[in-house]
Amino acid sequence: MRVRFRFSKLGKVRFTSHRDVARLWERALRRAQLPVASTEGFAPRPKVHFGLALPTGYESLAEYLDVDLREPEAVSLDIDTLPEQLTPLLPEGISVDAADVVDPKAPSLQEAVTACEWRIEVPGLAIEAARREVERLLAAPTLPVVRQRKGKEVHDDIRPYLWELVVAGPIAAAEPGTELRAVFGTQPRGLRPAELLAAFEPPVIQARVCRLHQWITLGNTRREPLSAAAARAEHAEARA
Amino acid sequence: MNSIWPQLENLLAKVQKPARYIGLEDGSVRPDHDPRKVSWLLTYPDTYEIGLPNQGLQILYEILNERPDALAERTYAPWEDLESELRAHGLPLFSIENHLPASAFDVLAFNLSAELVYTNVLNLIDLAGIPVRSAERRPEHPLVLAGGHCTYNPEPLADFLDAVVLGDGEEVVGEITEVVAEWKASGRSEGSRLHLLRELAKVPGVYVPSLYEVTYDGPRLVAVTPRFPGVPELVEKRTISDLASWPYPKRQLVPLTEVVHDRLNVEVFRGCTRGCRFCQAGMITRPVRERPAEQVRTMVRDGLRRTGYDEVALTSLSTADFSSIDEVVAGIIEEQPNCNPVSVSLPSLRVDAFTVQIASEIQKARRTGLTFAPEAGTWRLRKVINKLIREEDLYGAVESAYSQGWRRMKLYFLTGLPTETDADTLGIAELARNCIEIGRRYHGSPSITVSVGGFVPKPFTPFQWFGQNTVAELNRKIGLLRDALRKDRAVQLKWHDPKASLVEGIASRGDRRIGAVIEEVWRKGGTFQEWSEKFDYSMWIDAMSMHGLDVDWYVHRHRTEDEVFPWDHLSAGLHKDFLWQDWRDALAEVGLPDCRWTPCYDCGACTGYGLEHIVASTTPPAGGSQGTGQDLRRGSEAPVLLRGAR
Ligand code: SF4
Repeated sequence: MRVRFRFSKLGKVRFTSHRDVARLWERALRRAQLPVASTEGFAPRPKVHFGLALPTGYESLAEYLDVDLREPEAVSLDIDTLPEQLTPLLPEGISVDAADVVDPKAPSLQEAVTACEWRIEVPGLAIEAARREVERLLAAPTLPVVRQRKGKEVHDDIRPYLWELVVAGPIAAAEPGTELRAVFGTQPRGLRPAELLAAFEPPVIQARVCRLHQWITLGNTRREPLSAAAARAEHAEARA
Repeated sequence: MNSIWPQLENLLAKVQKPARYIGLEDGSVRPDHDPRKVSWLLTYPDTYEIGLPNQGLQILYEILNERPDALAERTYAPWEDLESELRAHGLPLFSIENHLPASAFDVLAFNLSAELVYTNVLNLIDLAGIPVRSAERRPEHPLVLAGGHCTYNPEPLADFLDAVVLGDGEEVVGEITEVVAEWKASGRSEGSRLHLLRELAKVPGVYVPSLYEVTYDGPRLVAVTPRFPGVPELVEKRTISDLASWPYPKRQLVPLTEVVHDRLNVEVFRGCTRGCRFCQAGMITRPVRERPAEQVRTMVRDGLRRTGYDEVALTSLSTADFSSIDEVVAGIIEEQPNCNPVSVSLPSLRVDAFTVQIASEIQKARRTGLTFAPEAGTWRLRKVINKLIREEDLYGAVESAYSQGWRRMKLYFLTGLPTETDADTLGIAELARNCIEIGRRYHGSPSITVSVGGFVPKPFTPFQWFGQNTVAELNRKIGLLRDALRKDRAVQLKWHDPKASLVEGIASRGDRRIGAVIEEVWRKGGTFQEWSEKFDYSMWIDAMSMHGLDVDWYVHRHRTEDEVFPWDHLSAGLHKDFLWQDWRDALAEVGLPDCRWTPCYDCGACTGYGLEHIVASTTPPAGGSQGTGQDLRRGSEAPVLLRGAR
C-alpha cells in the first residue's frame, strides 16, 4: 500500500539537505512504528520515494513523499491521523499537512510533477527594476546559461522552463525589496530559482525562496499531487 | 544578549553544510538564560560531524541542564567558509541552540580528545572574542575550561586554559558550577579572576595551570610546583564509582544531518584492565565499571524507540568483555523495539572474545563493518605490548566472521612499537595473508583492509619512557609492508601519515614551552590539523625551530627512570613505579594478566580511592585466550610468562 504525504519545511530547518530530510523521515516512520516495506538484500532500505529535491536553504509549503507500507499490517491504519502522529516526530519547522493512499502503479512523483510554483523574496531589489527585468526575461526568445552538471559545465537554454514570472509586490520584511512569483517547468529537468536569479542584470545573489506548489498539469488543468492540503499548509506557515 | 541568528541566516545561505549550525536536534534544549544560572558553552574543537556524537559532551549537557543552577548549550568549530564569513562580518563564535555569542556564557568548556585539535582550541577562544592567553583575561570574559583524555597532559595548553578537569566529569561539573555561581554573585569584580581560580583549584580533579611554577634546568624539566598555599601539589583525577547511577545520555542527540557514528550509542562499561601498554584510554579510565545488563537493555530499548535509529552500538574500550554481552545482543535483536530490524555494532572487539555466537547474532539484521585490532604482527611483539592474543585467536575470530557471511573486514595495527624488528612489521603482512586464506574457504573473493598507525607514546602508560620512531623510520616500515603486500590484491594497505604522528608526539608529551609552538601554528592559519588536507607539517617544524625547541628531544628521545614528566603533578591514580615496572616487563616480554579475573597487582587505580571493579561476572567471558595467551577451553600450557600479583 502506498501512502503519499505532503509536508512543509519552514524556518531554520530549511538549511537541511534533501538527503538529511530523507533520513529524518526514515527515523520518524520508525518512531511511529509504521510497517514500512523494505528492499530485499544485504542492506535493506525502507521503501520511501521522494519527489523533486528542494535545494538546501529553500523553504517549502509543498513537499511530497510516498511511503510503501507492508500489507496486511497497514490495512488497519487510520491514514487521516498519520499527519498529526508524524509531525511531532519530525524536527521543528517540518509539518505534515496531509496523507492519502495513492495507486502504487501511478507515475512516481518525479515523473508526474511538471511544474513548481515559487515565491522569491529579493531584499534590496526595487520594484521598478524588478518589473523591467521580468519583462526583459519573459520577452527573451532564449536565455542561455552555463550550468554545472555532474561537475561539468553545460550550456543550456532556461527560457523553456520559465512558464510564469510576475512581480507580486514589496516583501513583507523590514528592509525594502521585491517579492516575485514564478512557475518553472520541471521536465525533462528543472530550473532552480537561483539559476534564474543569476540571469538577472545585475545578477541577484541573495534571496529567500519558498516552494508554494508542485503541479501536475493535464492540458489546461493543474492539480497538486495531493489535494485539499492548501489550507493546512498556510496554517503551518503562520505558525513557523 | 541577543541571538545572532538574523545576521547568521544570510551567511548560512553561502556556506557548505549549513545544517551544522542550526541546532534543532531531537534531545536538544533551548534553555532560558537567567543571570542566577551558570551558563556553560560546551565546545567540541572540530566540526559538528565529528563532535556531535561525543558522548562526554552529551552526558554533561544533560546533567547541567537538569540542574536548577546551571544551563548548557553547545558549539563546534565552524568550517573555514563560515569562519571567514563570521570574521568578515564581525560576528563571534555562537551557540547552536539559541545562537548566542560565546562571550555571553560564563564557562567555555572544551572537550579535548586529540592533540591535533589544539590549534582549533586557540582559534575558537579567539573567535569567541576572548584573549587566547589566560593571563590576559578580565572579569567579563568566560572561564575557559577543558576536559577529556588529552587533559592528562594539559601542559602544552597551560597558557591558554584557565582550568582543566581530570577524569569523569559527571560529578565535578556541579562542583565547578557552584564555585562559578559564587563568582557571579560576587559581581565578577576587577581582580576577582584569581580568587575564582584559587577556589577552583580546591575542587578535587580540577587543575589550574597558572597557579603552578615550572622550573627547568636547560631543556630538562625540574619541577612543577604550587605557587600558593592551598593549591594541591598533586591533582588527582575524578572517578565515578558506579555507572548505574549515571544512566546518561537519557536523551541522546539525534542530528538533522549526517555525522560520524550516526546511531544510538550506549556505554556498557567504562575503564579497561586488559592492560595493553600502548593504550592511554585503558590506563587512565580504570577501574572497570560495568553498567547492569538490565539498565543496558532499558537504555537500548528506550533509546531506539525515542530516536528511531535502526542501529545501536554498545560502546566501551572492549565490548566483548562485557559480562552479559551474548544475552544483551540477542535480546536487542529479538525485541525489535521499532517493529523493524535493528543492527548492533560492537566497536573495539577483542578477537579472543569474538565467537561464532556473537558473529551470528550481530549479522541477523544487517552486517556492520568488522574491525579487529591485533595491534602487532607477531606474538613476541604482542607480549611486549601486552595484547595477549594468539594467532589462533585472530584466525578463530576471522573464521567465525567469514563463516557467518562477512566478506570484508579491517585489521588495525600499530607500527613503531618498542622493540619492533622488521620481522615483527612483516608479521602484519603474514597475518593478513593467512586471514585471506581462511576467507577463501568460505567465499570467492574475501578482502581485508590493513590499517597501520604510527605509534605515539602517551602519558600515564608504561610506554611514556619510549622514544617515538622518526618519520623516516615509520615510512621505512610502511614501505616494507607495501612491498610485502604489493602482489596481494585481496589486502588493501592503509596507513596514517607518519608526519601527523610526529606532530601528535610533540603535543602528547610536550611541556609548557610547546604552547608557543601551538600559538605560532594557529597564528599562521594552521587550524583543522586533524584533517589531512589541512595538515601542515612544515608549519610545525618551523615553529619548533623558531622557538628553539628540538623535535628529537621532545619526541624521539628515550626517557630514563629519573625523568620528571610534565604531568608528574597530575595523577590518573596509577603509581609511577607500577608503570616503570610494567615498562621493564614489556622489554622483558613479560605479560600482565587482567585484574578483573585475577588478583589485584596494585596499579593504584583502585587502591587508596575506595574503588573497586564493578563486573557482573567473576569469570572471564568464554572462548579464546582472554588475554592470558592460554587456550582456556583446553587449558594448555601458557605460552607466555605472566607477572602475577605483587
Ligand atoms: S588497583 Fe588493582 S584491581 Fe584496580 S585496576 Fe589496578 S591492578 Fe586492577
